[in-house]
Amino acid sequence: MTDLIELTAADAAARVRAREIEPGELFHAYRERAAANELNAFTWVADGAPEGSPGVDTALGGVPIAVKDLFCTEGVPSQAGSRILEGYRPPYTATVVGKLSAAGAPLLGKTNQDEFAMGSSNENSAFGPVLNPWDRGRVPGGSSGGSAAAVAAGLAPWAIGTDTGGSIRQPASLCGIVGVKPTYGACSRYGMIAFASSLDQAGPLTRNVTDAALLLSQMVGHDPLDSTSLEFPGPIELPRAEDLRGIRLGVPEDLLGGAGIEPGVRSSFEATLALAEGLGAIVEPCRLPHAPHALSAYYLIAPAEASANLARYDGVRYGLRVDGDADLDRMYSHTRAVGFGAEVKRRVMLGTYALSSGYYDAYYGTAQKVRTKIAEDFASAFERFDFVVTPTSPWTAFELGAKTDDPLAMYMNDFCTVPMSLAGIAGISIPSGLSDGLPVGFQLAGPAFSEARLLDAAHALELAIGFDGSVIRR
Amino acid sequence: MSATDRRWEPVIGLEIHVQLKTATKMFCGCELSFGDPPNIHTCPVCLGLPGALPVLNARAVEFGIMIGLALGSQIAPRSLFHRKNYFYPDSPKGYQISQYDVPLCLGGSLGDVRIHRVHLEEDAAKLVHLGESGRIHGSDRSVVDFNRSGTPLVEIVTEPDVRSPEQAREWLTLLRTTLRALDVSDVNMEEGSLRADANVSVRPAGCTQLGTKTELKNMNSFRFLERGVRAELERQIGLLEGGDEVVQETLHFDPTSARLTSLRSKEEAHDYRYFPEPDLVPLAVSDEMRDAIGARLPELPTARAQRFERELGLDPERAKELAFHRELADYYERALASADGGRDQAVAVANWIPQLVERIGSDADPADSRVEPGALAKLASMVAARQVSRDAARDVLTRLVSDGGDPREIVVSEGLQAISSEDGDQLRALVDSAIAADPDAAEKVRSGNMKAIGPLVGYVMRETKGRADGGEVTRLIRERVNAGS
Repeated sequence: MTDLIELTAADAAARVRAREIEPGELFHAYRERAAANELNAFTWVADGAPEGSPGVDTALGGVPIAVKDLFCTEGVPSQAGSRILEGYRPPYTATVVGKLSAAGAPLLGKTNQDEFAMGSSNENSAFGPVLNPWDRGRVPGGSSGGSAAAVAAGLAPWAIGTDTGGSIRQPASLCGIVGVKPTYGACSRYGMIAFASSLDQAGPLTRNVTDAALLLSQMVGHDPLDSTSLEFPGPIELPRAEDLRGIRLGVPEDLLGGAGIEPGVRSSFEATLALAEGLGAIVEPCRLPHAPHALSAYYLIAPAEASANLARYDGVRYGLRVDGDADLDRMYSHTRAVGFGAEVKRRVMLGTYALSSGYYDAYYGTAQKVRTKIAEDFASAFERFDFVVTPTSPWTAFELGAKTDDPLAMYMNDFCTVPMSLAGIAGISIPSGLSDGLPVGFQLAGPAFSEARLLDAAHALELAIGFDGSVIRR
Repeated sequence: MSATDRRWEPVIGLEIHVQLKTATKMFCGCELSFGDPPNIHTCPVCLGLPGALPVLNARAVEFGIMIGLALGSQIAPRSLFHRKNYFYPDSPKGYQISQYDVPLCLGGSLGDVRIHRVHLEEDAAKLVHLGESGRIHGSDRSVVDFNRSGTPLVEIVTEPDVRSPEQAREWLTLLRTTLRALDVSDVNMEEGSLRADANVSVRPAGCTQLGTKTELKNMNSFRFLERGVRAELERQIGLLEGGDEVVQETLHFDPTSARLTSLRSKEEAHDYRYFPEPDLVPLAVSDEMRDAIGARLPELPTARAQRFERELGLDPERAKELAFHRELADYYERALASADGGRDQAVAVANWIPQLVERIGSDADPADSRVEPGALAKLASMVAARQVSRDAARDVLTRLVSDGGDPREIVVSEGLQAISSEDGDQLRALVDSAIAADPDAAEKVRSGNMKAIGPLVGYVMRETKGRADGGEVTRLIRERVNAGS
């Protein structure tokens, strides 16, 4: 019998449709692995596929999906990795999860994450850190670390996460899988517990580019419940490209110079560029002069929005309430003091300060101007180049606890991914090889709504790289 | 304010919140309601549940544009929503979605008060404090009703052009009538669909610099607005005359005690940390959309008053008195439509409306009274044709208010037909009797003391039970007295 776990999700879906495997059998196989939860990747696992799941003749063929905790799922714990939402079961389901379920992907479980998606190591979860399947002493990246680890370890065929400054791409990189951050507005944010509203995007975490394309094709589209979502121009087909003839890749040296890239990551990146040239790509330096300031702007804009988005966790209507018999101000402050972790508090304070009267122009206002400049940098780069390419993360998976005492070092994880987030454009991370036995990620970024072309290019590179995408079992 | 009036000039600006009567809430599909059981019109959006997002109500935008156009405002082709951050249990998201530095409408005027801006926002939920105090501090328990959460609001901010408490009340009445003509709100102050805050300051008469202002919150009736502003003006003038300074603060007017209590001072003022709402896109209003809405606007009270003046010949005060109260103006126009003499009688009929209001009360709608508009018009035309005296007609109107009916029939059945010198000798005979009964008065009138004519006229009016025309009687007495000399 076939080892179901070794099948890619697209293959599994095809075999279900061909009546070669039973979707129930597939669900059960993954459920067993997910429930064992050796990596602490899951915060909740389903008992079975929900009643009335769509039949086998669907786009996603009954292949179950792991969903990051912060997607609201009706009647199922949706806690965003936070103690303040411990046990919270929403009365409704996020649009993206509903779409995937309607397309034939039943909910397998909810995955662990950094609290409110604030973090790059998954160590900020109220439910404990997720372990990297490549080395259980190391972090899986974050904030979608549970989704990334689950896919890499074969606890789920595929997963969705959210990316605000790199939260899909970076854990995909550290876990040796594929992660896509779609164009801002491509996927509905309705039902995604918000971190930074102008940046948050849902996207796939998968074993290969084909799975990512298949999953993304069922996620995109305008949602009347999300005013910032847009109709996706044209369908997303499964990628077929096997070469990069005529594709112009820009390497933003002014960004990479400040990223503190590890030598092993740098050499994997250089090797991938050489492979790309071998496939017919034209690789040249490109300029993104304002991109080195992206991280600073990001750490004003995202916390500012978060300070307002997290104001609703006040102990009044749902979630944790501490000292409910005390007066209102004490109930508020004690609830939030107990319910939020240190990193969330740090960002709420940062954001509150950045928006304060007298500081707004200097901080939030300036950061927005930088954001505009960065978007303009990309726009002019895309006049000459099809894609901008960088290492996804400056380094491979680091040891648990290695950066927890140094927030700024932790923030550097997102140095190469945040510029694309601020510009609202599409990005993908694919595994480009190993450095000291740990996976390295290669990022391609394209203009808004260039996902189809981006997936094609990533597919060609993936073939050439030949990364062993088999499930990590150790 | 008494004698201080002349030395101090009040400077008053108003901030008005209007609940729009759209079918659904500002940012979600929940039904708008008033008086339903608590928390039945709610959803993830208006409860501020995690992950919920706002979607702007197109009808509320249309209503906002209608209000802006009615006030002569510039409609912004692109305006922005902001988050106004504050913690309070009536604010489920921890922020209110409002418009800040780029509002939907700028400028304009209504009557003699200029408009600063008009913008869209959402209402808070309703807090009920259980326990003796009725305020959050000291209450045993507080409960929240989210039915009101997310109700569409328009905020109208005036320039500080109001100069007296009376003017504040009158202007708000005009605004209410204007909004009712637009049919965009219930505009009921007691139910909270129309709420007024006032920014109040005084300055020495003739001074152009503004004094320190205070803000009076939520006066929930027209009377309380007038009273609250008057009380605050008196307080400020008292402070200034006593050599003290006015402190910038927010005040709550308690109508039962007529006292003002401080809610918060400038030092305690909130920092709302406004920033653009990232969950909404900028609000774009095309010229076509604006013009289409403008073309559908109904006749507004100020235009109606002008029409009453220009086309019907009413004096400006009477024209406004009618046009600024829609029920009166509607009733008046119905009465005119059925009047025998048509538009020639416009002024005569208009002059009878205050008589009717005096009898039914200023808050009542005459359309709900027993007096048919046609009956009032007929009464006015009978007076004009001298078929019934003015005094007798007042009694007829009293009868119409209590019993309804046809004025002509009442006049006949009660024998109230006018007695005129043209109808025979009866009136001249009564004049002779009056002179005979009081020759001293007649002599005084003859010698030029016109005040003495009163008892003589009174005699005739008494004898005719008011059916004679006072003017005619006066004329007849003078003629008779002078003829007899």
